[in-house]
Amino acid sequence: MPGVLVFCEVQDGKLKKASREALSIGRKLAEAAGGDLTAFASDESAADDAGRYGAKKLFVTGAGGYNPEMYTAAMQAAIAQTSPSIVLFGGTSNGRDLAPRLAARLDAGVASDVDRLEWAGSKLKARRPVYSGKAFATVEVSSVPAIATTRMNAFPAEESGGGAAEVVEVSAPAESKAKVVETKVTQSGELSIVEADIIVAGGRGLKEGANFSLIRDLAHAIGGAVGASRATVDAGWIDHQHQVGQTGRVVSPNLYIAAGVSGAIQHLAGMSSSKHIVAINKDPEAPIFRVADLGVVGDLFTILPALTEEVKRAKAH
Amino acid sequence: MEILVCVKRVPDAAENEISVGAEGADIRRDDLVYSVNEWDNYAVEEAVQIVEREGGNVTIVSMGDGDAEEVVRREMAMGATQGLLLTDAAFDGSDGLGIATILAAAARKRQYDLILTGALADDGAGQVGGMLAALLDWPYASVVNKIETKDGKSLRIGREIEGGTQEISDIETPCVLSIQTGINEPRYVGIRGIRKVASIEIPVLDAGALGIDAATVGATAANVRRIDYFVPQLGASAEMIEGSTEEVAGKLVDLLKAKGGIR
Repeated sequence: MPGVLVFCEVQDGKLKKASREALSIGRKLAEAAGGDLTAFASDESAADDAGRYGAKKLFVTGAGGYNPEMYTAAMQAAIAQTSPSIVLFGGTSNGRDLAPRLAARLDAGVASDVDRLEWAGSKLKARRPVYSGKAFATVEVSSVPAIATTRMNAFPAEESGGGAAEVVEVSAPAESKAKVVETKVTQSGELSIVEADIIVAGGRGLKEGANFSLIRDLAHAIGGAVGASRATVDAGWIDHQHQVGQTGRVVSPNLYIAAGVSGAIQHLAGMSSSKHIVAINKDPEAPIFRVADLGVVGDLFTILPALTEEVKRAKAH
Repeated sequence: MEILVCVKRVPDAAENEISVGAEGADIRRDDLVYSVNEWDNYAVEEAVQIVEREGGNVTIVSMGDGDAEEVVRREMAMGATQGLLLTDAAFDGSDGLGIATILAAAARKRQYDLILTGALADDGAGQVGGMLAALLDWPYASVVNKIETKDGKSLRIGREIEGGTQEISDIETPCVLSIQTGINEPRYVGIRGIRKVASIEIPVLDAGALGIDAATVGATAANVRRIDYFVPQLGASAEMIEGSTEEVAGKLVDLLKAKGGIR
């Protein structure tokens, strides 16, 4: 059947946002291909959520937490039952971990980190960033199934109002050569820029590393992640995981606030697909204003604290 | 421990302006500055550190034409004893699975305990490591940011996952791990280091030597094909907000309310 199967992940009893996004684009692709949307998850707690996003069936493993070997086998079992044309993974670290392994088992192709998907002429067409977002490539996946991992925040999560998905158990091997022993919050415990809905990013205009506190304060106030330009990372002001625009750190948040970021091409490439961009810079000629929707020419050292205060006041109401 | 590290010669994304050729079929490559994929330096450094602690050998492998030899030699200078170059016109146009098939054939030539790759390369796909592991039927973990050797049969590793969390796992060897930047501090490679490995012969293996059926790799076997490239254009200028600090902050708060920043 020419349907779509979506790998889903559950967190705190709900589908992860990346899974809801993948289901939403999966439903559109299933309609285009003339088949059903089905989902896969660790357990049946996802059945209501999966149905709400249009899945008719939910395959569950009962294998417990994520394990590449067990989940690959269980996904293969689900695919054997539905023979989907397309298999999608939300672009979480687990989704990106599992997709290649499954693809090799099925002799299938994977388009990674895609931000557009289309079913055309019985093939999956995908758009994806290459060279750290400096260019985009359109690729065609010709295998059956065609596999893709979706970029977080690139596809809107839209409910379709369906009832709970029918739960179908698929078996997974009981043994694995790898076992998770612990999951711990790292020192920073900060939201990753890749998954964040809002990013507040700082650049060289901050003048010194300690001033990243201005960025952090605003990010914490609005529940966003902290981003950084390459120059600030190279200067040792902030950890490299915050660097926007390196390979694998191309972001598409709903809102991107850049303060003191002039906008080197690598940075722009990494964030220009954000839905809404606000730039604060003292230089009116800064390239960042060419990708921004809203710009403020001014001193970030007065604007950021004022904005953070305003946000706190607005939230208190 | 015998460790194989897969490396790739890539256009340096930070140094290059990327533009697309007239047909949109490829980026213009003539003036590009190439270097080793940044992630691979971390993978090589990790392998060298493990061997310095536990003994063994590090082998550097790269698929590519003669130009890739320079990259293999540079990475060998970090402390590897052997290099391998996988070169055949039949490899051109391979997709991720094609490349994994070629690397798997090279890996089967000897008994390795561990294969490391960079978590990502220039095309941002990050899929070859997982496919390689599946083809070898070895366990695999991606975005690894910590490796501890345990008892000779397994490794304790950390993976970077979402939400600022790290997942700690025990994984049996032989296995494939894709390495995240920041796991270590890759050592500096100077001219002297490169001279030290200059005389080491790097065997060049083609499809025949690897025992690969040329029909299973390259452009014809690829399930993923590039149709075109394009470079995003910068838009028109932003709408500018003016006024006092309070006015500006007030307008930005209105925007945040509209865009979900304040709920």
